[in-house]
Amino acid sequence: MSEGKDGGPRAPDPRPARFSGRVARLWRRCRARPPTGLGPALAGLGPALAGLMPAPAGLGPAVARLRPALAPLLALLAALAAGGLLIAAVGDDPIAVYGLLLGSALSWPDGIGYTLFYATPLIFTGLAVAVAFRAGLFNVGAEGQLYAAAFAAAWVGITCAGLPAWLLAPLACAAAVAAGGAWGALPGIFKARFGAHEVITTIMLNFIAIALAGYLTRFHYRQPGDPILETRPIGAGAHLARLGSLVPGLPARIPLNLAFPAALAACGLVYVLLWRTRWGYELRVTGANPDAAAYGGIAVGRQLVIAMAISGALAGMAGINEVLGYRYRYYDGFSGGYGFTGIAVALLGRNHPAGVILAALLLGALVRGGLFVGIFSEHVSRDVVLVLQGLAILFVAAQRLPGRAAR
Amino acid sequence: MSGPAPALELRHVSKRFSGVLANDDVSFAAAAGAIHALVGENGAGKTTAMRIAFGLLAPDRGEVAVDGAPRRLAGPQDAIRLGLGMVHQHFTLVDAMTVAENVVLGAEPVRRWALDLGGASARVAELARELELRVDPAARVGDLPVAARQRVELLKALYREARVLILDEPTAVLAPPEVAALFAVLRRMRRQGRTVVLITHRLAEVLAIADEVTVMRDGRVVAARPAGGLDAAGLARLIVGREAPPRIAKRPAHPGAPVLAVRELTILAAGGASGAGLAGGAGSAGGRPRLDGVSFDVRAGEILGIAGIEGNGQSELIDAIAGLADPAAGGSSGTMILASLADPGVRYPNVVAIGEDSAGSGAATGTRAAAGSTATGGGRVDLAGTGPGRRRELGIAHIPEDRHRRGLLLDLDLAENSILGAHQRPPVAVGPLRGWLDRAAIARRAAAILARFEIRPAALGLPARALSGGNQQKLVVGRELSLPPRLLLAAQPTRGVDLRGSELIHRHLVALRDGGCAVLLVSSELEELMTLADRLLVLHRGRVAGELDPARATVEEVGLMMTGGGGGA
Repeated sequence: MSEGKDGGPRAPDPRPARFSGRVARLWRRCRARPPTGLGPALAGLGPALAGLMPAPAGLGPAVARLRPALAPLLALLAALAAGGLLIAAVGDDPIAVYGLLLGSALSWPDGIGYTLFYATPLIFTGLAVAVAFRAGLFNVGAEGQLYAAAFAAAWVGITCAGLPAWLLAPLACAAAVAAGGAWGALPGIFKARFGAHEVITTIMLNFIAIALAGYLTRFHYRQPGDPILETRPIGAGAHLARLGSLVPGLPARIPLNLAFPAALAACGLVYVLLWRTRWGYELRVTGANPDAAAYGGIAVGRQLVIAMAISGALAGMAGINEVLGYRYRYYDGFSGGYGFTGIAVALLGRNHPAGVILAALLLGALVRGGLFVGIFSEHVSRDVVLVLQGLAILFVAAQRLPGRAAR
Repeated sequence: MSGPAPALELRHVSKRFSGVLANDDVSFAAAAGAIHALVGENGAGKTTAMRIAFGLLAPDRGEVAVDGAPRRLAGPQDAIRLGLGMVHQHFTLVDAMTVAENVVLGAEPVRRWALDLGGASARVAELARELELRVDPAARVGDLPVAARQRVELLKALYREARVLILDEPTAVLAPPEVAALFAVLRRMRRQGRTVVLITHRLAEVLAIADEVTVMRDGRVVAARPAGGLDAAGLARLIVGREAPPRIAKRPAHPGAPVLAVRELTILAAGGASGAGLAGGAGSAGGRPRLDGVSFDVRAGEILGIAGIEGNGQSELIDAIAGLADPAAGGSSGTMILASLADPGVRYPNVVAIGEDSAGSGAATGTRAAAGSTATGGGRVDLAGTGPGRRRELGIAHIPEDRHRRGLLLDLDLAENSILGAHQRPPVAVGPLRGWLDRAAIARRAAAILARFEIRPAALGLPARALSGGNQQKLVVGRELSLPPRLLLAAQPTRGVDLRGSELIHRHLVALRDGGCAVLLVSSELEELMTLADRLLVLHRGRVAGELDPARATVEEVGLMMTGGGGGA
């Protein structure tokens, strides 16, 4: 692990590199099967969960508005319960493990600081996937989009290193947004023009983006002498301020940076875009029923491209957090699956910006807490958070089973 | 109802949907070997009752009995095992598969571990022969017209040895000759000893074919009696709960200048039938153009009716004018010229009050006029090369023939549904670049539409999916009429809508005409066309077979023209 160039003491990167990659694989495996194939055990859980849910008739209007949040919440509780059984089965005390998990994720300032830091890229990628979902598109390419964006940001930070901070940082951010947006727009164009399915094209573009950035790093921008594949550092003017320098009581060693408030702002902007503007309406109509969209005078193909471009740009902002806010360089394989975990975030968050924030915070807290569980508990490894995450997603998916019979 | 046990029975069944009592202590008994009509308006609870009988819904209270024995149905599989079959209003067929494959789907015959499609085809053909159902087992379902698809659905139920068949609004999609053919099949089924439950809201059909009638209103059974002693007026009174609605009083038309001139419109066939959607089904239907040199004018202040058996070019005509022609189609020629608003012969429709407050509609009219005049120049707009959005801007509204496919956003709420197509202009879109949606204006507009068209439940936040079919249709009609349009394309405007709803829609269509709007009305219901249209064109095999005066023509004359002058269609 190289020394931090910002002068501050760098905590050893505690993130499990394969964390999200595994979830992504698990997730893809879940998606590959129809819900009925999940097995009788899961099918049995569905009705049980349905029984837990209050009948809609009995809900007041205020509670009814919150009903969409109820399902993921119940799924989470069910996942915690099932995970607790698992922890007990391997010989540990579930209460103690969960206490450790929560305590380490929510302690001030380190717990909360790192939880928010881990949540930042997930907010961006979750939001990216959610926007695409709202337009009826399944963006599996957030990973590639954020690699393209991260490299673009680093490239600007390296080649324009002499520029003053007020110009360089925004420029690098703009490069990230533009690169992510362009990388996202490509599959949109393929779909609109040639009918190519976005799941296939985004997956393929992931490989291309990652390999391309790796190639450029290795042969053109590599830090000479470094054993790992990373670029030269970006100019200091491109560094994003750490929140520790702005928020009293938050130590500057915590890498939480301006990308986090930017992520919250992005959620607000996406909400306004989708539900308050004509363009958002057209995007959602396209997602709800493309035939009706065309009938209503909406250019469906253009909507697909726009939605994918927005999605890619949002995914790209996850790269900003890493390159401009934390490592101050591009680093091969830095993401470890934020783009794929974003799918889980969008699913848990019901494709709503507010839900995305909550889901990303939850997964961020799990990552943080999982580290401590791995270190301090006797039998349980940090992989327990993978299990919890997987279970939560399974339960969210399973809740559609009982709903299917109605009407 | 003494003697043998009824083939299918509901006993004191109640069912509640999000606070609405859809079925309230419903008891229903269909005697074995009889045709039983279940009638009532949209939303009366007929479909709910039958979905309960078929195991698709679980009753909150009450029970289902088959052949006198109470049964607990966990799902349609149980119902099928007990000898029930149901043909839904929206078909459940796989377009890409053949008739035989569709029929055996879920009950595939297997011989030595392999699917025995040959045997299946033979069995399907045999069933079809028994009942004189004209279906080719090898045909691809996507290529079949609606009536044939319905026959496939019937075969599907019979293949599973259904003794009790429930048909949900089976005639809604059929032309008169096809209705007669269907009824002949139903009578043959009765002769075989099968029981038929016919959900319908058409009185004539009940009187023509039913042995027994159960009438539902507002979720309750209000009458159950033999069909013998009933007449249309009495039945209508039972259904509506009051005297039958008066026929539409229509003043003579005062047509103005042509709003739309269609000349020599030809659309070549490409692949599968329209609506099949998938490309690549080239071949079978090739050759004959879908529309062949069609010319006509629609004038301001008149309703031009288009009659014809479904699949004779009506859908293609409407799509072409709306700008929604399938890009995969084999090409088209001819012109469609829309008169501009500046044309002195065109009076602007005086119906802006529908669904809008006067301030809002004034703004809409103003923009529309501006949009029209900037682009038209010579006073006419050639529609060639303009997209559906532009055509809407020019004042063309469109009630689509299939509300689920095009007309509605089932998962979005009623307010959001009420602005589709009007969302790009004030009063809905305001501010810089017309980028902001004015939520107050949307709510006002939506509330006005819900009120004007008596849409229930009138809750703006409800998803469109939660409305009954008839209320969904009224929502679509209300939205299109409140644009307000200069030219309205109305395709099957009252499909699946009950008496009262149909009357409401008809009244609005006539008011629109009286306000100076040009209306192009396509309908498979001859009575609707004869009542509403001021002129009637008959389409047959993509050509205009003739023009009639609906005030003087008889149903027989129109029917003859629809079928190509005498021969079978």
